[in-house]
Amino acid sequence: MIERTPILNAITYLIMILGLILILGPFWMIFTAATQSLQEVTAVPFNMTPGGDFFKNVHAAWDRANLGPALLNSLITSLLVMTGKIVLAALSAFAIVYFKSPLRHVFFWMVFMTLMLPLEVRVIPTYNIAADVFEPVRWIIQTLTGIELSLQWNLLNSYSGLVLPLIATATGTFLYRQFYMTLPDELAEAAKMDGARPLRFFIDILLPLSRTNMLALATIMFVYAWNQYLWPKLMTTDASYQTAMVAMRALVPSVNALPEWNVSMAGALIIMLPPLIVVAVLQRWFVRGLVSTEK
Amino acid sequence: MAEIGIKDVRKTYGSTPILHGVDLNFKSGEFVVILGPSGCGKSTLLRMIAGLEEITSGEISIDGKVVNNLEPRDRGCSMVFQNYALYPHMNVAANIGYALKVAGVPRAERDRRIAETAKIVGLEELLDRKPAQLSGGQRQRVAMGRAIIREPKVFLFDEPLSNLDAKLRVQMRVEIRRLHKRLSATSVFVTHDQVEAMTLADKLIVMNKGHVEQVGTPLEIYHRPRTRFVGTFIGSPAMNFFNTTIAPSGDHVLLDGIKQAIDPVLGGKNVGATVSVGIRPEHCRLVPAGTVNSVPANVDFVEELGSGRIVHVEIDGMSFAVSVEEDQFFEQGAVAGLQLPAEHIHLFSLQSGLRLDDAPVATRQPATKTVAA
Repeated sequence: MIERTPILNAITYLIMILGLILILGPFWMIFTAATQSLQEVTAVPFNMTPGGDFFKNVHAAWDRANLGPALLNSLITSLLVMTGKIVLAALSAFAIVYFKSPLRHVFFWMVFMTLMLPLEVRVIPTYNIAADVFEPVRWIIQTLTGIELSLQWNLLNSYSGLVLPLIATATGTFLYRQFYMTLPDELAEAAKMDGARPLRFFIDILLPLSRTNMLALATIMFVYAWNQYLWPKLMTTDASYQTAMVAMRALVPSVNALPEWNVSMAGALIIMLPPLIVVAVLQRWFVRGLVSTEK
Repeated sequence: MAEIGIKDVRKTYGSTPILHGVDLNFKSGEFVVILGPSGCGKSTLLRMIAGLEEITSGEISIDGKVVNNLEPRDRGCSMVFQNYALYPHMNVAANIGYALKVAGVPRAERDRRIAETAKIVGLEELLDRKPAQLSGGQRQRVAMGRAIIREPKVFLFDEPLSNLDAKLRVQMRVEIRRLHKRLSATSVFVTHDQVEAMTLADKLIVMNKGHVEQVGTPLEIYHRPRTRFVGTFIGSPAMNFFNTTIAPSGDHVLLDGIKQAIDPVLGGKNVGATVSVGIRPEHCRLVPAGTVNSVPANVDFVEELGSGRIVHVEIDGMSFAVSVEEDQFFEQGAVAGLQLPAEHIHLFSLQSGLRLDDAPVATRQPATKTVAA
């Protein structure tokens, strides 16, 4: 806009500042609470200036929630989910866009429809399957042939269990499909003339070209996986597989305990840090991947 | 170097026919240009040779081997695309060498051949650039380098010059011709630009609506167009036409009530036929009004070319374009006389659009096909 309207500008800035306060306010509260002592944090009204107990609180939170292994678990599962989602999305979109199978539209819309079925909706059947992966296979074989198999694979309390049910991604597939569709058909044909088979074309041409797309997806998916609470909570009973989000539960004061919100907030700060770093590092790519004007 | 045989090749998309049975033979080392208006099926035919398009029926063979069911990589063709289709993330060297990389050629050998190819297409200085940093003509060269490095038996060009500006187009045309002379691989070049077609072709194929209209050398096609369509399509400005009937004497037709002489032998065989009479603007003559054997014509408007001019005249509601020399001037609204030399008149049947001719020189190609079949 090239209009000169000082009043409108002032109003725009006012709205932006308000928005900023709305977004950053809670963070400031978390931060100040994390630096205060128990006494300060429980004072009414709440004091918005930082105190001097930050490292004490962080230390307490780390010990109490056993955050070391929990953060490691979160990091491992989030990275696995992120990678898995990107690989799966890139490959399934590749199949949908580049292979002229008559059913590809059906498959695409089926994938797309799963957007309406987030994990929360299908959590019980998913748990069932995770507890006994081969149940449907056994059932099919038994009804078809009458043979009873004793195949079993239990995903509960394992990294595969934490990761696999979260890996399918309609959003990612869609993002990749849109990206592939912006590429000229001649690119695939030129590669064909150059002798590249489909997988070669995918690895040599599509993957490097989709780098920004991939990093954008990585950002979203890492944060998504990191923030998972319901699924890890439900399927890990073994404390050694607890993720940070689940471990955080130990820091929320219970009814008859001391209301140590300063420690909870310190823990929250620690857990928030990795996704913040990822977003900060990748945000340049993230924006470019979503705007995607690079050819 | 390879011959290409195309036998009764058809293509339909769903129920829409695109090619209605094409029969062609390209000799080894020939530069073949397929010319036609957009939608005539010329690109489809090229893509079928390349293997990028399924062949609905018929047979395509390269070097005597039927390639219908071969993958593009096994056909020994390489192709230059209209929009170049360079790999945007690879530099020029990687773009040119990609085919070799896929084929598993060792690095040293690959680098040697990339350098060699870059020299042929004049890109030595630019090997590290990305396609986005190149001009249109340079991209075109990369695309050609990518095609020649594989030392293919056949080069396929799909309107490679139509994205370039006029000056560059002329320059690249010369380079392509020079390259062909040097490599002498069979080349098939698809275009809708008749100047490109005339200047490049050893053998010119004119297509229209999924049919081959004529096959011949550029001169044969210029001088003896087999159909009215070919007559209109080749030559600029386009051929002039008027419809009339051949007089009982067989030696003239009437243009605005005035006798216009035609070849008496040809006319004699077609007395009473309704014909479309065609004559090229460069073969018409404008003389002062009232000259013997001329038809009075009103000068409609004049297009200046510098080296000459195109005068548009009007006779009885029909308009004729006439190319005249640099020293001939005509005023708009003036009356001049139009002369149509009989030796330059083409006669086409009004019903079939086919040339009335006793010796169909230009149709040699289809004739050999009937013998073979």
